[in-house]
Amino acid sequence: MRGIQLPLSKTQKVRLQKTLEQLESLSSKVNSDASVIIADSIPVNHEDGVLKGHGTADLNGEVVATLCGVVERVNKLVYVRALRSRYKPEVGDIVIGRVAEVAQKRWRLDINFNQDAVLMLSSMNMPDGVQRRRTALDELNMRCIFEENDVVCAEVRGFQHDGLHLQARSRKYGKLNRGQLLTVPPYLVKRQKQHFHHLEEFGVDLILGCNGFIWVGEHIEAKDDMVEDQVSQSDPQVLLHNSASLEEQEKNYTILDIRKYICRAANAVRVLSVLGFNITLEIIKGIIDLSLSMNLDIHEMLGSEFCVLVAEKEAERRSSNKKKR
Amino acid sequence: MRQIRAEIGAVSKADGSAMFEMGNTKVIAAVYGPREVQNRSQISNHALVRCEYSMANFSTGDRMRKSKGDRRSTEISLVIRQTMEASILTHLLPRSQLLNLQIDIYVQVLQADGGTRSACINAATLALADAGIPMRDLVTSCSAGYLNSTNLNYVEDSAGGPDVTLGILPKLDKVTLLQPLSIFFQVLLSVIGRESGGVEAVIPLLPSKAMDSKLPIDILENVMQLAIEGCKAIANYIREILLENTKQLEYRRGV
Repeated sequence: MRGIQLPLSKTQKVRLQKTLEQLESLSSKVNSDASVIIADSIPVNHEDGVLKGHGTADLNGEVVATLCGVVERVNKLVYVRALRSRYKPEVGDIVIGRVAEVAQKRWRLDINFNQDAVLMLSSMNMPDGVQRRRTALDELNMRCIFEENDVVCAEVRGFQHDGLHLQARSRKYGKLNRGQLLTVPPYLVKRQKQHFHHLEEFGVDLILGCNGFIWVGEHIEAKDDMVEDQVSQSDPQVLLHNSASLEEQEKNYTILDIRKYICRAANAVRVLSVLGFNITLEIIKGIIDLSLSMNLDIHEMLGSEFCVLVAEKEAERRSSNKKKR
Repeated sequence: MRQIRAEIGAVSKADGSAMFEMGNTKVIAAVYGPREVQNRSQISNHALVRCEYSMANFSTGDRMRKSKGDRRSTEISLVIRQTMEASILTHLLPRSQLLNLQIDIYVQVLQADGGTRSACINAATLALADAGIPMRDLVTSCSAGYLNSTNLNYVEDSAGGPDVTLGILPKLDKVTLLQPLSIFFQVLLSVIGRESGGVEAVIPLLPSKAMDSKLPIDILENVMQLAIEGCKAIANYIREILLENTKQLEYRRGV
């Protein structure tokens, strides 16, 4: 059993235990006994015909699991959804990655998949916002856009012959700075319509990458600066100049309050990941509000008392959600 | 049989990890991967499994400084690697000329009190299952000796009596590891295997190691029987732990 590793006092232990039991009772009615582990046989009705999906194998006519996870059935298809594993990309996912290598016409990004993802120079918008053919000069200046260890946000484009390709064809994608990158197990992030969030009351941007990388940073206004003077912009000299001015901008300070809010939001995500709860905007906001209403310091959010409290709140929220239905 | 205890999630940064205790023997295992092969020269046509076994200096009574690549640890690394490789479905991991994947298993002995090799295998199984790596079956391992007990501790082990370490796939009823293994053993294996508990012996995978002491055939049978029982008991325990863990992860996550 994966224990929650926190220094808990006796009462806290009892409270946490009780909360976890409550959570168990809440979910057990939804899907009971769907959890399997390696080499468990999965009961299927052979008369209907079965399609064996991921995480299953055939053993003497029986369908057995090859992973630990939850059995899912879609019509004839039977598969096992693994919980803790590396990220499995799907087309259109929004992911956050770290540049591992700058190669010919491409960046290699570590996105917690079992191989590095490829972001081609041609499948991203230039920082100056101009649409044009990428020249050899652009290729030489690739490090002006992303360097090694930069944090980049992009979208999964699909598998090509040479691996997983990403694209970043919009203003909202690109390099992320002035914030924190958090890594959580990917199964905690659910695919949703919206992965970019702006917490207006705090001036904080939150990006929930499907690969379990979560970005919390200062809010940046997505400005649509299609530059008028196209001739000068296509000049690489200007591009260099442009990046220099970006660096100047970087020197601009983030206000202390916003930095505090960034830390608060980051700690909220950390608490959720420790507890193994689903990470969504609603819940993160709830935790930030809870910490603010209790007048807690940022560091106190990682203490065991707050953790237990979050668990209790979450149990309350889920049970009230259930009653509404 | 000594008391066993297991815990999943001992190393936070790893893709999968576990701690396994058998009596006073305590081992942690961490699994990283599948990830891209780092050393390009080792490219092969199937996913690579690597294993590194190490023993903490403080794990035994006499605090010896061991060099990292000594013969014993190299041998045990190999034993663990081959045992786990037999169970991991390496063919499911994509491979091509451009991409080669590897899975790294690191096992560290924190306390050694006999039976480290079986403890390591059990810990590695748990860690691999935690990392979500597809496997044919769980591998469980147990040692038995002619002191008529499974799971020998250090004192019993060093008494010089004959002992075997056995690894089985409990669901498939197959033996993946038997040590020590001599040619004589290989001949006997199939006979004994069938008689004791219906465990079918597969091709011996491991290089032979010299027997420490002699063992009459009828006693060997008993010892094997004991080891098989031990393995099955451990398998039951491991299954319980894993199922509990999976359920917890699911319900804690919510919908």
